[in-house]
Amino acid sequence: MTIEDIQQEIIEEFSVFEDWMDKYAYLIELGNDLEPIDAKYKIDDNLIRGCQSRVWLHPEKDGDKILFEAESDAIIVKGLVALLLRVLSNRSPKEIIDADLHFIDDIGLKQHLSPTRSNGLLAMVKQMKLYALAYEKLSQQEG
Amino acid sequence: MSLDFRKIRKDFPILDQQVHGKPLVYLDNAATTQKPQVVLDKVEEFYLKTNANIHRGAHFMANETTEAFEEARETVRQYINAGERSEIIFTHGTTESVNLVAFSFGEAFVSEGDEIVVSELEHHANIVPWQLLCERKKATLKVLPFDENGVLKIDELDGLLSERTRLVAMNHVSNTLGTINPVDKIVEIAHKRNIPVLLDGAQGIAHYPPDVQKLDCDFYVFSGHKIYGPTGIGVLYGKRKWLDQMPPFMGGGEMISEVKFSGTTFNELPYKFEPGTPNYIGAVALGTAIDYVQSLGVDNLAVREQELLNLATAKLKSIEGLRIFGEAENKVGVISFEIEGIHSFDLGTLLDQLGVAVRTGRMCTDPIMDHFGVPGMTRASFAFYNTEEEVEALYKALIRIKGMF
Ligand SMILES: Cc1ncc(COP(=O)(O)O)c(C=O)c1O
Repeated sequence: MTIEDIQQEIIEEFSVFEDWMDKYAYLIELGNDLEPIDAKYKIDDNLIRGCQSRVWLHPEKDGDKILFEAESDAIIVKGLVALLLRVLSNRSPKEIIDADLHFIDDIGLKQHLSPTRSNGLLAMVKQMKLYALAYEKLSQQEG
Repeated sequence: MSLDFRKIRKDFPILDQQVHGKPLVYLDNAATTQKPQVVLDKVEEFYLKTNANIHRGAHFMANETTEAFEEARETVRQYINAGERSEIIFTHGTTESVNLVAFSFGEAFVSEGDEIVVSELEHHANIVPWQLLCERKKATLKVLPFDENGVLKIDELDGLLSERTRLVAMNHVSNTLGTINPVDKIVEIAHKRNIPVLLDGAQGIAHYPPDVQKLDCDFYVFSGHKIYGPTGIGVLYGKRKWLDQMPPFMGGGEMISEVKFSGTTFNELPYKFEPGTPNYIGAVALGTAIDYVQSLGVDNLAVREQELLNLATAKLKSIEGLRIFGEAENKVGVISFEIEGIHSFDLGTLLDQLGVAVRTGRMCTDPIMDHFGVPGMTRASFAFYNTEEEVEALYKALIRIKGMF
């Protein structure tokens, strides 16, 4: 599935919720289900500091793809992290760099990715793209 | 006098609205208070009829504006009972007032090896300016700790003071824990050693205005927006004997008496510390806000806030797994808490969705977060216009949210 396919899938999943609190309940569920990040990666070097909540992000090269592990101390943020991983992890650097993440807006959670909500999510997306850029540069040099 | 608070609430039009389809429950009053209609009217009326730059024109409106500005200064003077009007300096807010003193007092009185004493209970606005000063002057910052209830260990204050202590800077009321600090004792202890005291009154001014002459503090600072006035206006009260000896903080128009390239002489107090065009409409509207709270009786408002605080404390305590931070005997209507297993960001997000506006996170008080070893807290803070129903709405929302985890 392409990044776009997954985004459509997520939008569909969220379309069943009429009440906002149900959306949040689902995010909490997703957050609870997210594999915790390996303890050895839950370190300050991998920490993206939001003012309100923190996110840890660790990239791993897997062939021509990048695997991400991530976690947050706030569960709603963790749910959103789970969605971002579903869309952006296990993708090629180029796919990640080019990705237009419109699903957040479409499911009505855009405010969580706005710069005024300093929960670390926006910085996480930026960081994922930066890793992708770095890996792409590396592979070009190697290639 | 018994006040009809339901009627008074109608003075605050902003409260009557819905957010996310729910009636707004505004419990973030320690961050900023809402404005009564009279304050809004004053701002509008001033721009509509009177606006002109102060002290600078011979024309009618300039005189009217200047007079209103100086009247506002007099209103502030009376509210805190300062000895003279020229000891009231208008600034942009608490933060600027503290920075002004840290700079100008620092220039005049602080040198290498000196010490400044703050408390562990301070807002960053009453920490960082002193750290900057200490860095500039190679001075040392010392910190008075608080106990598990959020009460300053006042007995340790004297031990922290020395011949090198140049100033003690502490808040009147803690924005995070609500603790009302024993400011009279702080002043007494410091003055025994002839050390001046600055009090950060950001959270005190609306509830327990000081009598600065009786209290004898050397500086008292606050923001207009926390006492039902506009943003962008604040006050520095300082004793003349200090202000006279302090060099200006910023240079510009109005603060000078004569400018020559061979040297400039400065204007007298308070203008020496008010360079440029001040927020005179903010000042005038702050005067209106002070008149407003005084017309209701500040004491009556404080009593009402205590009622809401007591009710909310009892309600919240009945929630299993809820921990309140700061249980000083003397506190204002501020409750910071956590619910076991729920991050403050999640709590704040969900409360917001239910129409309840609270503050979450570190509240510009990192040392307090570190003291309790938590990443953040959730804070409900009450004003006299809040209602029992709103306390109930907070309680119900918390119960519902707890059920989601
Ligand atoms: C105790 C305390 N000090 C200082 C400040 C800073 O006030 P302002 O941002 O209005 O300058 C605040 C405001 O949150 C406060 O609560």
